[in-house]
Amino acid sequence: MNEVKRTNPFRTAFEKLLKNKLAVVCLIILIAEIIMVIFAPQITSYSYSDQDPSIRLRPGFWAQWTEVTDPDAPGYNPKNQYVPGHYLGTDAFGRDVFSRLLYGGRVSLLVGFFSTMLGLVLGVICGLLAAFYPKLDNIIMRIMDLLFAFPSILLAMLIIAMLGINIVNTAIAIAIWSIPSFARMVRGKALQVKEEDYIMATRSLGARDSRILFVHIMKNCLPTIIVIATMRMASSLISISTLSYLGMGVVPPQPEWGDMISAAKEQMWNRPSLIFVPGLAVMITVICFNILGDKLRDILDPSLKD
Amino acid sequence: MRKYILKRLLIMILLLIGMSFIVFASLYIAPGDPATMVAGPSATEQDIANVRASLGLDKPFMVQYLIYLRRLVTLDLGTSYTSRQPILNEILVRLPHTLNLACAAMIISVFIGIPFGIITALHKDSVIDNVLTTSSLILLSIPNFLLGVMLMYFFAVRHQWLPVGGMEHAFWTREGFREALLPAFALATGTMASFIRLGRSSMLDVLQSDYIRTAKSKGLKRGVIIFVHAFRNALIPLVTQFGTSFGGLLGGAIITEQVFVINGIGTYLINAIRNYNYPVVQSTVIIIAAMFIIINLIVDILYCVIDPRIKLEG
Repeated sequence: MNEVKRTNPFRTAFEKLLKNKLAVVCLIILIAEIIMVIFAPQITSYSYSDQDPSIRLRPGFWAQWTEVTDPDAPGYNPKNQYVPGHYLGTDAFGRDVFSRLLYGGRVSLLVGFFSTMLGLVLGVICGLLAAFYPKLDNIIMRIMDLLFAFPSILLAMLIIAMLGINIVNTAIAIAIWSIPSFARMVRGKALQVKEEDYIMATRSLGARDSRILFVHIMKNCLPTIIVIATMRMASSLISISTLSYLGMGVVPPQPEWGDMISAAKEQMWNRPSLIFVPGLAVMITVICFNILGDKLRDILDPSLKD
Repeated sequence: MRKYILKRLLIMILLLIGMSFIVFASLYIAPGDPATMVAGPSATEQDIANVRASLGLDKPFMVQYLIYLRRLVTLDLGTSYTSRQPILNEILVRLPHTLNLACAAMIISVFIGIPFGIITALHKDSVIDNVLTTSSLILLSIPNFLLGVMLMYFFAVRHQWLPVGGMEHAFWTREGFREALLPAFALATGTMASFIRLGRSSMLDVLQSDYIRTAKSKGLKRGVIIFVHAFRNALIPLVTQFGTSFGGLLGGAIITEQVFVINGIGTYLINAIRNYNYPVVQSTVIIIAAMFIIINLIVDILYCVIDPRIKLEG
């Protein structure tokens, strides 16, 4: 008797992903980031809101090499000296930039994750229902078209205007804004899966609609969903930092990467590193999610490429 | 043809109505009483009640929406809570600044994106192809506002080559060109990257088609094949992209305007959101989204004029 070897498709996909060096680097960076953000209180001894007027706008560790550190040498400026412990320097209020970066990362990543998940759940439900029930199809997809008719983050802004400015509302706004992209992709995939023989077989065995839809069809849409979710995570992070930059995200003194950049813009003449530190954090995180999404797509669902 | 245009027009009108409903309903739910805001801080109970009646705010929701829709059709956008001026006038003063920025960004994305897209297609899988594809992924990963701030730092603060902000002149004038360069480039990156990608894939499609093979077998020169035969056909899919992109640029301009302190409708909208100035929020969102929908319609119609192969009954 032939033995059928059972393989878990997601495990195989994950093994394939680990063979790609670039993807592994991105994965490591993201995991490191998540760990650092979770253990922020253990990593840094400074709070994100404690102000110290005596050390405003100090540079980070690099000043040890770039600045004149000898007090007697010409060109010595006490205001350009690195304060040990404040690895990435301090901002205009004398707050520790490294702590703000870590605590700000909490907000960015958490809001990014929850808004993507909420958008995913609602979008997947809409997409599956639209694919399965032709009667609902037209209504749901026209609503999605309507949501798509607002360019850029205009829809998110409208929702924030309606709900008021705070971080939870920002997350909700971004989630609603991302529903149509999930719904369209999942609907397309589900329409294909629906025609497969095994769905017919399941139906003839007497399975209920809800079981066919949320167990069998959804299972087969899962690769597509994972790919879109990874990519949406990148765009959610961009939206959060953008909305915070525009003053529609966190409420001070709560830090967020976009909000830190917005405050740093005022200090561009004195301390440009205040822009580049959170800026690099946003860029690296978004690039990692984009690359991971790219590689996952190549492995899980190459048809999404176009 | 006429049937197609009529159908598209009908869809557009339905979209506009649906959109105005979403905007109206969302701000109807929003906290705050418009009558109190319009009447001003020193108004008495009676004044507020009068204003409420005159604005029709005492009527049921659907009636209010219909009144709102009727006013929209006649372009009566109401008055701003803060300045007490007609919103339409305030928008008309600011709109040219936004359009100026969006058009400059469009020109940059077309004239950089399409040639690069075609170059990558002609040198598929070469070093240039990889470098350009990777750099467009990186460009897409930088939020527009961050790119704007970084460009501003390098080109206007560190080296004072270009002005820090503001955009008072049209981009084709000498002064305006210098002002437009940074904000337009910061705004254009996303669109540019999508033009590179689409230009690449559409050129690759065309190069594999039968008529290009025929042209090659006739012994035509490579340059003639690329520029006379392939290029024109590769442009067709880019036309649709043009429409969506322009809308995206209008939306994105909201952010870039904030970075470079440009007094366009984006700045107007964001200030209105911060001040709970709901009529202004409503009107600017509707104006921007309506422009987006109308431009898409125009592009769709253009598309079937350019490419007669498109089935019009679809």
